[in-house]
Amino acid sequence: MAEQTALTDRRTDGGGRPDAAVVRDALGVGIAVGLSGFAFGVTSAGSGLSVWQTCALSLLVFTGASQFALVGALAAGGSPLTAAAGAFFLGVRNAFYGLRLSQSLSLPRAVRPFAAQWVIDETAAVSLAQPGRRAARLGFAVTGLTLYVLWNLTTLLGALGAEAIGDTDAWGLDAAGPAVFLALLAPMLRTTAERAVAGLAVLLGLGLLPVLPAGVPVLMAALAAPAVLYVEGRRRSHAEGLRGSCRDGRSDGTRQSDRTRPDDQSRSGGPAGQNDRAGRAGRVDTEEERR
Amino acid sequence: MNTWIAIGATAAGCSLVKLAGLLVPAGVLERPLVRRFAALLPVALLAALTAQQTFADGHALVLDARAAGLTAAAVALLLRAPFLLIVGAAVVVTAGVRALCG
Repeated sequence: MAEQTALTDRRTDGGGRPDAAVVRDALGVGIAVGLSGFAFGVTSAGSGLSVWQTCALSLLVFTGASQFALVGALAAGGSPLTAAAGAFFLGVRNAFYGLRLSQSLSLPRAVRPFAAQWVIDETAAVSLAQPGRRAARLGFAVTGLTLYVLWNLTTLLGALGAEAIGDTDAWGLDAAGPAVFLALLAPMLRTTAERAVAGLAVLLGLGLLPVLPAGVPVLMAALAAPAVLYVEGRRRSHAEGLRGSCRDGRSDGTRQSDRTRPDDQSRSGGPAGQNDRAGRAGRVDTEEERR
Repeated sequence: MNTWIAIGATAAGCSLVKLAGLLVPAGVLERPLVRRFAALLPVALLAALTAQQTFADGHALVLDARAAGLTAAAVALLLRAPFLLIVGAAVVVTAGVRALCG
Protein backbone atom coordinates (compact mmCIF):
# COMPACT_ATOMS: atom_id res chain seq x y z
CA MET A 1 0.00 0.00 0.00
CA ALA A 2 2.77 2.37 0.84
CA GLU A 3 4.37 1.60 -2.47
CA GLN A 4 1.26 2.66 -4.25
CA THR A 5 1.27 5.95 -2.45
CA ALA A 6 4.91 6.42 -3.21
CA LEU A 7 4.35 5.65 -6.84
CA THR A 8 1.49 8.09 -7.19
CA ASP A 9 3.55 10.72 -5.46
CA ARG A 10 6.26 10.13 -7.90
CA ARG A 11 3.96 10.38 -10.86
CA THR A 12 2.29 13.55 -9.76
CA ASP A 13 5.72 14.95 -9.33
CA GLY A 14 6.22 14.60 -13.04
CA GLY A 15 9.33 13.11 -14.53
CA GLY A 16 12.86 13.77 -13.42
CA ARG A 17 14.24 16.57 -11.32
CA PRO A 18 17.20 18.64 -12.38
CA ASP A 19 20.37 16.91 -11.23
CA ALA A 20 21.61 20.07 -9.53
CA ALA A 21 18.58 20.18 -7.24
CA VAL A 22 19.05 16.54 -6.25
CA VAL A 23 22.75 17.06 -5.58
CA ARG A 24 22.03 20.14 -3.50
CA ASP A 25 19.55 18.24 -1.29
CA ALA A 26 21.89 15.29 -0.97
CA LEU A 27 24.87 17.47 -0.02
CA GLY A 28 22.83 19.36 2.55
CA VAL A 29 21.89 16.18 4.36
CA GLY A 30 25.25 14.50 3.90
CA ILE A 31 27.26 17.41 5.27
CA ALA A 32 25.01 18.25 8.22
CA VAL A 33 24.84 14.67 9.39
CA GLY A 34 28.37 13.77 8.39
CA LEU A 35 29.73 16.42 10.75
CA SER A 36 28.06 14.75 13.72
CA GLY A 37 30.56 11.94 13.40
CA PHE A 38 32.63 14.27 15.56
CA ALA A 39 30.25 13.69 18.47
CA PHE A 40 30.56 9.97 17.94
CA GLY A 41 34.36 10.05 17.86
CA VAL A 42 34.47 12.00 21.10
CA THR A 43 31.89 9.81 22.82
CA SER A 44 33.55 6.61 21.71
CA ALA A 45 37.03 7.64 22.80
CA GLY A 46 35.56 9.01 26.02
CA SER A 47 33.99 5.60 26.61
CA GLY A 48 37.42 4.02 26.57
CA LEU A 49 37.64 2.75 22.99
CA SER A 50 40.90 3.28 21.15
CA VAL A 51 41.14 5.48 18.07
CA TRP A 52 41.39 2.35 15.91
CA GLN A 53 38.32 0.79 17.45
CA THR A 54 36.38 4.00 17.10
CA CYS A 55 37.29 4.36 13.43
CA ALA A 56 36.56 0.68 12.76
CA LEU A 57 33.02 1.23 14.03
CA SER A 58 32.38 4.17 11.73
CA LEU A 59 33.95 2.40 8.75
CA LEU A 60 32.29 -0.98 9.23
CA VAL A 61 29.05 -0.39 11.11
CA PHE A 62 28.17 3.04 9.67
CA THR A 63 24.82 3.43 11.33
CA GLY A 64 24.99 6.07 14.01
CA ALA A 65 22.45 4.97 16.60
CA SER A 66 23.95 1.50 16.69
CA GLN A 67 27.43 2.93 17.10
CA PHE A 68 26.43 5.20 19.98
CA ALA A 69 24.50 2.36 21.62
CA LEU A 70 27.46 0.02 21.38
CA VAL A 71 30.00 2.35 22.94
CA GLY A 72 27.50 3.39 25.62
CA ALA A 73 26.85 -0.23 26.56
CA LEU A 74 30.55 -1.08 26.60
CA ALA A 75 31.30 1.96 28.76
CA ALA A 76 28.61 0.83 31.20
CA GLY A 77 30.39 -2.50 31.52
CA GLY A 78 28.10 -4.59 29.36
CA SER A 79 29.34 -7.86 27.91
CA PRO A 80 30.40 -7.62 24.25
CA LEU A 81 27.47 -9.69 23.06
CA THR A 82 24.69 -7.90 24.96
CA ALA A 83 26.21 -4.61 23.80
CA ALA A 84 26.27 -5.86 20.21
CA ALA A 85 22.70 -7.16 20.51
CA GLY A 86 21.37 -3.73 21.46
CA ALA A 87 23.29 -2.12 18.60
CA PHE A 88 22.01 -4.77 16.21
CA PHE A 89 18.36 -4.24 17.15
CA LEU A 90 18.77 -0.54 16.45
CA GLY A 91 20.13 -1.38 13.01
CA VAL A 92 17.20 -3.61 12.08
CA ARG A 93 15.19 -0.75 10.65
CA ASN A 94 17.77 -0.37 7.88
CA ALA A 95 16.39 -3.60 6.42
CA PHE A 96 13.11 -1.80 5.83
CA TYR A 97 14.83 1.07 4.08
CA GLY A 98 16.64 -1.44 1.90
CA LEU A 99 13.33 -3.01 1.00
CA ARG A 100 12.02 0.28 -0.36
CA LEU A 101 15.30 1.29 -1.94
CA SER A 102 15.67 -1.97 -3.82
CA GLN A 103 12.47 -1.08 -5.64
CA SER A 104 13.18 2.58 -6.30
CA LEU A 105 16.87 2.17 -7.22
CA SER A 106 16.54 -1.28 -8.83
CA LEU A 107 20.27 -1.86 -8.61
CA PRO A 108 21.94 -4.75 -10.43
CA ARG A 109 22.44 -7.68 -8.07
CA ALA A 110 26.21 -7.41 -8.27
CA VAL A 111 26.16 -3.81 -6.99
CA ARG A 112 23.82 -4.48 -4.05
CA PRO A 113 26.38 -5.79 -1.56
CA PHE A 114 28.38 -2.59 -2.03
CA ALA A 115 25.39 -0.27 -1.95
CA ALA A 116 24.10 -1.99 1.19
CA GLN A 117 26.63 -0.26 3.47
CA TRP A 118 25.05 3.08 2.62
CA VAL A 119 21.49 2.01 3.36
CA ILE A 120 20.73 4.24 6.35
CA ASP A 121 18.13 6.77 7.43
CA GLU A 122 19.52 9.70 5.49
CA THR A 123 20.18 8.02 2.16
CA ALA A 124 16.72 6.45 2.33
CA ALA A 125 15.12 9.80 3.14
CA VAL A 126 16.84 11.60 0.27
CA SER A 127 16.54 9.00 -2.45
CA LEU A 128 12.99 7.92 -1.70
CA ALA A 129 11.97 11.56 -2.01
CA GLN A 130 13.12 11.76 -5.61
CA PRO A 131 10.65 11.55 -8.47
CA GLY A 132 12.43 9.14 -10.81
CA ARG A 133 14.95 6.32 -10.78
CA ARG A 134 17.77 8.47 -12.11
CA ALA A 135 17.22 11.13 -9.44
CA ALA A 136 16.81 8.46 -6.76
CA ARG A 137 20.11 6.84 -7.71
CA LEU A 138 21.88 10.19 -7.84
CA GLY A 139 20.46 11.21 -4.46
CA PHE A 140 21.47 7.89 -2.92
CA ALA A 141 25.00 8.02 -4.31
CA VAL A 142 25.73 11.63 -3.38
CA THR A 143 24.23 11.39 0.10
CA GLY A 144 25.94 8.07 0.74
CA LEU A 145 29.35 9.21 -0.43
CA THR A 146 29.33 12.60 1.32
CA LEU A 147 28.05 11.13 4.54
CA TYR A 148 30.40 8.16 4.54
CA VAL A 149 33.49 10.27 3.90
CA LEU A 150 32.60 13.04 6.35
CA TRP A 151 31.29 10.72 9.06
CA ASN A 152 34.55 8.80 9.05
CA LEU A 153 36.77 11.86 8.90
CA THR A 154 34.99 13.59 11.75
CA THR A 155 34.96 10.36 13.74
CA LEU A 156 38.74 10.28 13.51
CA LEU A 157 39.06 13.95 14.46
CA GLY A 158 36.69 13.49 17.40
CA ALA A 159 38.55 10.43 18.66
CA LEU A 160 41.94 12.15 18.40
CA GLY A 161 40.53 15.28 20.05
CA ALA A 162 39.07 13.30 22.92
CA GLU A 163 42.38 11.55 23.49
CA ALA A 164 44.15 14.90 23.55
CA ILE A 165 41.65 16.35 26.02
CA GLY A 166 41.94 13.45 28.43
CA ASP A 167 39.03 13.57 30.85
CA THR A 168 36.06 14.01 28.51
CA ASP A 169 33.57 14.05 31.38
CA ALA A 170 34.98 17.31 32.67
CA TRP A 171 34.02 18.85 29.33
CA GLY A 172 30.48 17.50 29.54
CA LEU A 173 31.11 15.23 26.58
CA ASP A 174 29.41 12.31 28.29
CA ALA A 175 26.15 14.18 27.68
CA ALA A 176 26.62 14.00 23.89
CA GLY A 177 25.41 10.40 23.63
CA PRO A 178 22.07 10.83 25.40
CA ALA A 179 21.49 14.13 23.57
CA VAL A 180 21.97 12.35 20.25
CA PHE A 181 19.53 9.64 21.28
CA LEU A 182 16.98 12.21 22.38
CA ALA A 183 17.26 14.09 19.09
CA LEU A 184 16.73 10.86 17.20
CA LEU A 185 13.89 9.73 19.40
CA ALA A 186 11.80 12.90 19.47
CA PRO A 187 10.49 12.81 15.89
CA MET A 188 9.47 9.17 16.36
CA LEU A 189 7.03 10.02 19.15
CA ARG A 190 4.05 10.77 16.97
CA THR A 191 1.28 8.56 18.32
CA THR A 192 0.08 7.43 21.73
CA ALA A 193 1.44 3.96 21.04
CA GLU A 194 4.93 5.35 20.38
CA ARG A 195 4.84 7.46 23.53
CA ALA A 196 3.62 4.49 25.54
CA VAL A 197 6.51 2.40 24.21
CA ALA A 198 9.00 5.14 25.11
CA GLY A 199 7.58 5.57 28.61
CA LEU A 200 7.50 1.87 29.33
CA ALA A 201 11.03 1.44 27.96
CA VAL A 202 12.35 4.18 30.27
CA LEU A 203 10.71 2.50 33.26
CA LEU A 204 12.09 -0.90 32.33
CA GLY A 205 15.54 0.45 31.48
CA LEU A 206 15.92 2.37 34.74
CA GLY A 207 13.96 -0.02 36.95
CA LEU A 208 15.97 -3.09 35.98
CA LEU A 209 19.31 -1.28 36.01
CA PRO A 210 20.15 -2.00 39.66
CA VAL A 211 19.27 -5.69 39.44
CA LEU A 212 20.46 -6.97 36.05
CA PRO A 213 23.93 -7.15 34.50
CA ALA A 214 25.01 -4.12 32.43
CA GLY A 215 23.52 -4.04 28.95
CA VAL A 216 20.69 -6.42 29.74
CA PRO A 217 18.19 -3.80 31.00
CA VAL A 218 18.24 -2.09 27.58
CA LEU A 219 17.45 -5.39 25.88
CA MET A 220 14.63 -5.97 28.36
CA ALA A 221 13.36 -2.45 27.66
CA ALA A 222 13.02 -3.47 24.01
CA LEU A 223 10.15 -5.68 25.20
CA ALA A 224 8.11 -2.49 25.55
CA ALA A 225 7.55 -2.65 21.77
CA PRO A 226 5.89 -6.10 21.64
CA ALA A 227 4.04 -5.34 24.89
CA VAL A 228 2.40 -2.23 23.45
CA LEU A 229 1.72 -4.01 20.16
CA TYR A 230 -0.01 -6.77 22.10
CA VAL A 231 -2.20 -4.37 24.06
CA GLU A 232 -2.97 -2.50 20.85
CA GLY A 233 -3.98 -5.75 19.14
CA ARG A 234 -6.17 -6.78 22.08
CA ARG A 235 -7.92 -3.44 22.06
CA ARG A 236 -8.49 -3.55 18.36
CA SER A 237 -9.93 -7.04 18.35
CA HIS A 238 -12.09 -6.08 21.31
CA ALA A 239 -13.37 -3.01 19.46
CA GLU A 240 -13.94 -5.04 16.34
CA GLY A 241 -15.79 -7.64 18.36
CA LEU A 242 -18.08 -4.93 19.69
CA ARG A 243 -18.62 -3.54 16.26
CA GLY A 244 -19.28 -6.98 14.87
CA SER A 245 -22.06 -7.48 17.39
CA CYS A 246 -23.61 -4.23 16.17
CA ARG A 247 -23.34 -5.62 12.62
CA ASP A 248 -21.57 -2.57 11.42
CA GLY A 249 -19.43 -4.15 8.76
CA ARG A 250 -18.41 -1.01 6.98
CA SER A 251 -16.77 0.90 9.75
CA ASP A 252 -14.55 -2.08 10.12
CA GLY A 253 -12.90 -1.30 6.82
CA THR A 254 -12.61 2.36 7.60
CA ARG A 255 -11.05 1.58 10.88
CA GLN A 256 -8.53 -0.62 9.23
CA SER A 257 -7.27 2.11 6.96
CA ASP A 258 -7.18 4.63 9.78
CA ARG A 259 -4.97 2.34 11.62
CA THR A 260 -2.53 1.60 8.88
CA ARG A 261 -2.15 5.10 7.63
CA PRO A 262 0.19 6.57 10.22
CA ASP A 263 2.44 3.62 9.76
CA ASP A 264 2.55 3.98 6.02
CA GLN A 265 3.40 7.59 6.36
CA SER A 266 6.18 6.88 8.69
CA ARG A 267 7.66 4.37 6.29
CA SER A 268 7.22 5.96 2.94
CA GLY A 269 7.67 8.92 5.15
CA GLY A 270 11.32 9.22 5.56
CA PRO A 271 10.55 10.97 2.37
CA ALA A 272 7.28 12.38 3.61
CA GLY A 273 9.34 14.64 5.85
CA GLN A 274 10.57 15.98 2.61
CA ASN A 275 9.60 19.57 2.96
CA ASP A 276 11.68 20.15 5.96
CA ARG A 277 14.32 17.75 4.85
CA ALA A 278 17.08 20.26 5.11
CA GLY A 279 16.15 21.07 8.67
CA ARG A 280 14.83 17.84 9.93
CA ALA A 281 16.91 15.38 8.04
CA GLY A 282 19.92 17.44 8.90
CA ARG A 283 19.02 17.26 12.46
CA VAL A 284 17.39 14.02 13.11
CA ASP A 285 16.53 12.03 10.13
CA THR A 286 19.92 11.97 10.96
CA GLU A 287 21.53 9.12 11.96
CA GLU A 288 19.08 7.49 13.67
CA GLU A 289 15.49 7.64 13.28
CA ARG A 290 16.46 7.72 9.79
CA ARG A 291 19.78 6.17 10.10
CA MET B 1 39.82 -7.99 22.91
CA ASN B 2 36.26 -7.96 24.21
CA THR B 3 35.72 -4.65 22.50
CA TRP B 4 36.85 -6.04 19.16
CA ILE B 5 34.39 -8.93 19.55
CA ALA B 6 31.60 -6.44 20.12
CA ILE B 7 32.73 -4.38 17.13
CA GLY B 8 32.90 -7.45 14.89
CA ALA B 9 29.49 -8.75 15.95
CA THR B 10 27.86 -5.36 15.50
CA ALA B 11 29.45 -4.78 12.11
CA ALA B 12 28.42 -8.21 10.87
CA GLY B 13 24.87 -7.93 12.19
CA CYS B 14 24.28 -4.40 10.91
CA SER B 15 25.71 -5.16 7.47
CA LEU B 16 23.57 -8.25 7.25
CA VAL B 17 20.29 -6.45 7.92
CA LYS B 18 21.18 -3.71 5.45
CA LEU B 19 21.88 -6.28 2.77
CA ALA B 20 18.81 -8.33 3.69
CA GLY B 21 16.58 -5.37 2.91
CA LEU B 22 18.03 -5.08 -0.57
CA LEU B 23 17.93 -8.80 -1.31
CA VAL B 24 14.86 -10.17 0.45
CA PRO B 25 11.65 -10.37 -1.60
CA ALA B 26 9.32 -7.53 -0.62
CA GLY B 27 6.53 -9.71 0.80
CA VAL B 28 8.54 -11.09 3.70
CA LEU B 29 9.06 -7.85 5.58
CA GLU B 30 5.96 -6.06 4.37
CA ARG B 31 3.53 -7.69 6.79
CA PRO B 32 1.93 -4.89 8.83
CA LEU B 33 2.79 -6.44 12.18
CA VAL B 34 6.46 -6.85 11.24
CA ARG B 35 6.67 -3.28 10.02
CA ARG B 36 4.91 -1.95 13.08
CA PHE B 37 7.31 -3.83 15.31
CA ALA B 38 10.30 -2.55 13.37
CA ALA B 39 9.03 1.00 13.82
CA LEU B 40 8.48 0.62 17.57
CA LEU B 41 11.68 -1.23 18.42
CA PRO B 42 13.99 1.77 17.91
CA VAL B 43 11.62 3.90 19.99
CA ALA B 44 11.96 1.52 22.92
CA LEU B 45 15.73 1.19 22.60
CA LEU B 46 16.43 4.90 22.15
CA ALA B 47 14.19 5.83 25.08
CA ALA B 48 15.86 3.31 27.36
CA LEU B 49 19.35 4.33 26.24
CA THR B 50 18.63 8.03 26.70
CA ALA B 51 17.37 7.42 30.23
CA GLN B 52 20.23 5.12 31.20
CA GLN B 53 23.01 7.26 29.85
CA THR B 54 21.55 10.25 31.67
CA PHE B 55 20.64 8.75 35.02
CA ALA B 56 22.85 5.70 35.46
CA ASP B 57 26.20 5.41 37.18
CA GLY B 58 27.11 1.75 37.04
CA HIS B 59 24.22 -0.02 38.71
CA ALA B 60 23.06 3.06 40.62
CA LEU B 61 20.59 5.71 39.55
CA VAL B 62 21.90 9.24 39.99
CA LEU B 63 20.79 12.77 39.27
CA ASP B 64 23.79 14.82 38.15
CA ALA B 65 24.91 17.43 35.62
CA ARG B 66 23.94 15.17 32.70
CA ALA B 67 20.26 15.66 33.59
CA ALA B 68 20.71 19.42 33.19
CA GLY B 69 22.48 18.81 29.89
CA LEU B 70 19.67 16.62 28.62
CA THR B 71 17.12 19.24 29.66
CA ALA B 72 19.04 21.79 27.61
CA ALA B 73 18.99 19.40 24.65
CA ALA B 74 15.23 18.98 25.04
CA VAL B 75 14.74 22.74 25.03
CA ALA B 76 16.92 23.07 21.91
CA LEU B 77 14.86 20.30 20.34
CA LEU B 78 11.61 22.12 21.07
CA LEU B 79 13.09 25.26 19.52
CA ARG B 80 13.79 23.17 16.40
CA ALA B 81 17.52 23.73 16.64
CA PRO B 82 19.72 21.79 14.22
CA PHE B 83 21.15 18.46 15.28
CA LEU B 84 24.64 19.69 16.14
CA LEU B 85 23.28 22.54 18.22
CA ILE B 86 21.14 20.13 20.26
CA VAL B 87 24.18 18.03 21.09
CA GLY B 88 26.27 21.14 21.70
CA ALA B 89 23.73 22.54 24.16
CA ALA B 90 23.80 19.32 26.18
CA VAL B 91 27.59 19.29 26.31
CA VAL B 92 28.00 22.95 27.22
CA VAL B 93 25.34 22.92 29.94
CA THR B 94 26.68 19.70 31.45
CA ALA B 95 30.20 21.10 31.54
CA GLY B 96 28.91 24.39 32.94
CA VAL B 97 26.99 22.75 35.75
CA ARG B 98 30.01 20.60 36.63
CA ALA B 99 32.28 23.62 36.68
CA LEU B 100 29.90 25.54 38.94
CA CYS B 101 29.16 22.70 41.33
CA GLY B 102 32.67 21.37 41.41
